[in-house]
Amino acid sequence: MKALLHPAAKPTLFVLCLLPLALLVAGAASNTLGANPAEALIRSLGDWTLRMLCLTLAVTPLRQWTGWQALARWRRMLGLFTFFYSALHLLAYAWFDMGFYVDDIARDIAKRPFILVGFLALLLMLPLAATSFNRAIKALGAARWQALHRLVYLVAPLGVLHFFWMRAGKNNFAEVAVYAAVLGTLLGWRLLRRLKRPDRLQPQRA
Amino acid sequence: MYVKKNPGFDTPAASEITPRDIYETRRDWLRLMAAGGAGAALAAWAQRAAHAQPPAAARPGKLAALPSQRSNVAGATTMDKPTAYDDVTGYNNFYEFGTGKEDPARLAGSLKTRPWTVAVEGEVDKPRVYAIDELLKLAPMEERIYRLRCVEGWSMVIPWQGWSLAELIKRAEPTSRAKFVEFHSLADKAQMPGVGSRVLQWPYVEGLRIDEALHPLTLLAFGLYGEVLPAQNGAPVRLVVPWKYGFKSAKSLVRIRLVEKQPATAWNVAAPQEYGFYSNVNPKVDHPRWSQASERRIGEDGLFQRKRPTAMFNGYEAQVASLYAGMDLRKFF
Repeated sequence: MKALLHPAAKPTLFVLCLLPLALLVAGAASNTLGANPAEALIRSLGDWTLRMLCLTLAVTPLRQWTGWQALARWRRMLGLFTFFYSALHLLAYAWFDMGFYVDDIARDIAKRPFILVGFLALLLMLPLAATSFNRAIKALGAARWQALHRLVYLVAPLGVLHFFWMRAGKNNFAEVAVYAAVLGTLLGWRLLRRLKRPDRLQPQRA
Repeated sequence: MYVKKNPGFDTPAASEITPRDIYETRRDWLRLMAAGGAGAALAAWAQRAAHAQPPAAARPGKLAALPSQRSNVAGATTMDKPTAYDDVTGYNNFYEFGTGKEDPARLAGSLKTRPWTVAVEGEVDKPRVYAIDELLKLAPMEERIYRLRCVEGWSMVIPWQGWSLAELIKRAEPTSRAKFVEFHSLADKAQMPGVGSRVLQWPYVEGLRIDEALHPLTLLAFGLYGEVLPAQNGAPVRLVVPWKYGFKSAKSLVRIRLVEKQPATAWNVAAPQEYGFYSNVNPKVDHPRWSQASERRIGEDGLFQRKRPTAMFNGYEAQVASLYAGMDLRKFF
C-alpha cells in the first residue's frame, strides 16, 4: 500500500507500460520477430491493447476489494496506454498491411465487419483520450465527464468482438475466451454493484 | 589508342540493367502467350526461357540428402528467388502440432517418420499399401521450384523434391467411377499434440478432382532444398498443389483414396463460407475477412514495402486454367 504512494510508483508503471513497445521495436530492429515481422507487430500491438484494457478496467474493482485507494492514481495512465497501443495497432495495420493507401483502408473498413468493429472501438476511445487531462474534467463537470468515460463499457465488448471475428474463420478461440472472461468479469462486477446499490432498489416517487 | 584496362568482367552501368518490373512483365507476357491460342510451340519456348536462368538452391546440410534432377514439367521451375530455408521450416501452418506459426518447428520433432506406409485405395483396380522406401524409388526425384501462396496472404518460394502424383495414381489403375481423390494426413494424438483440439476435424482430409490430381504440376513431395522433408513441413511425404492455397496441400500423408463423390475436406467442413473445395489462388475472389489481391513474400517483402500483387492461379494460369474452363470461379471458389 505504501509502495503505491511512493513518488517512483507512477514513473515505474509508465516504464513498465512502455516495455512491450520497446521489446517489439527492438525485435523489429534486430529481425527477431520471426518470418513475418509485419504480422507479429500488428498482432502483438492488438494483444497489448486488450491487456491494457483489462488492466484499466481492473483498477476500480481491485481498489474496492483491497481498499487500496491509491490505485486510482493509476487508472488514467493505464487508460491512456490502452489508447496508445490501439492507435499503434491501427498505425501498424495501415502501414505494414495497407501501405498507407487510404482508399484501400477505407474499402477494407467498409467491407470487413471485424475491421469496422475494431475501428469503431478505437474511435470511441478518442473522446476519452482527448478529455483525460484535469482541465477537461473541470470544464465538463465531473458528472458529465464520468458519463462520457462510460464509453469504455462499449469499447471493451467491441474489442473482444473484433478479436473474436478475426479468429472466427479458424475456430481458434482459446485466447479470445480468456479476454472475454476477464473483461466479462470486470464489467459484470460493475453491473452487479449497480444493481445492489440501495438507491436503485427504492421505489420511484411519482 | 584506347586500351581497355580491365579485360575481365565489366560492371554494367545502372542504365543497362533491365528494371525488375520490366523483366517481370516480360515473363507475364510469356505466360500469357503460352496460355493463349499460340499453342504448344510457344509454351515450350516460354518454358525454355524459364529455364534459362535457374535460381540456385543450396542444400543447408541439416537433414539427409535427397538428390534430384531438375524437372522438365512445364512451369515447374519458377525464376523467383527461393525463400530462406529457415523461414520455410520455421513458419508453418500444421495444426496437428498447434495453431501458432512457430509451433510445428518446436513440436514436430515427436513425429516418427519410419516405418511409414501410404495406402492407395478406393475406386482403383490395384489398391496397394506402399512403404515409404518404395515410394522414394517409385519414380525419378525431380526438383521443382514452386511459389506457395497461403490463404492468409503470405507467400514463399520453395524448392521441392518429388515426382508427379500422376505416377502413383496411374499405377493404381483408377476405375471409371474415380472422380475425386481424397488425401488423409496422419492423426496420432501420441505424436501430434494438436490432434484433439477442436479447431478442425481429424484426420485432416483434403481433396482434388481427378484431373487436378493427374495434372503434372501436382507433386508428391519427399524433400525440400535437396534434403528429406523436415517434420514441420509434412514429413515424410506430402502433397504440393502450387496453383491452390497452401491448405489444399495435405501433409504427412497416410492414405490416398480415389472416390466417386467430392470429399468433405477439413477446412471446407470447418468454415464453408471461407474455404471452398477448389480454393484456387484467385486475386479477384476475396476471403470474407481479407482481400486476396496482394500477398507478402516472406523474407523478401520488408516491413515498409507494399505487398506484391497476387497472380491468378498463383502464376500457373498457363498450365492449369484449362482445367476450369467454363466454371464460375466465384461460385466454385
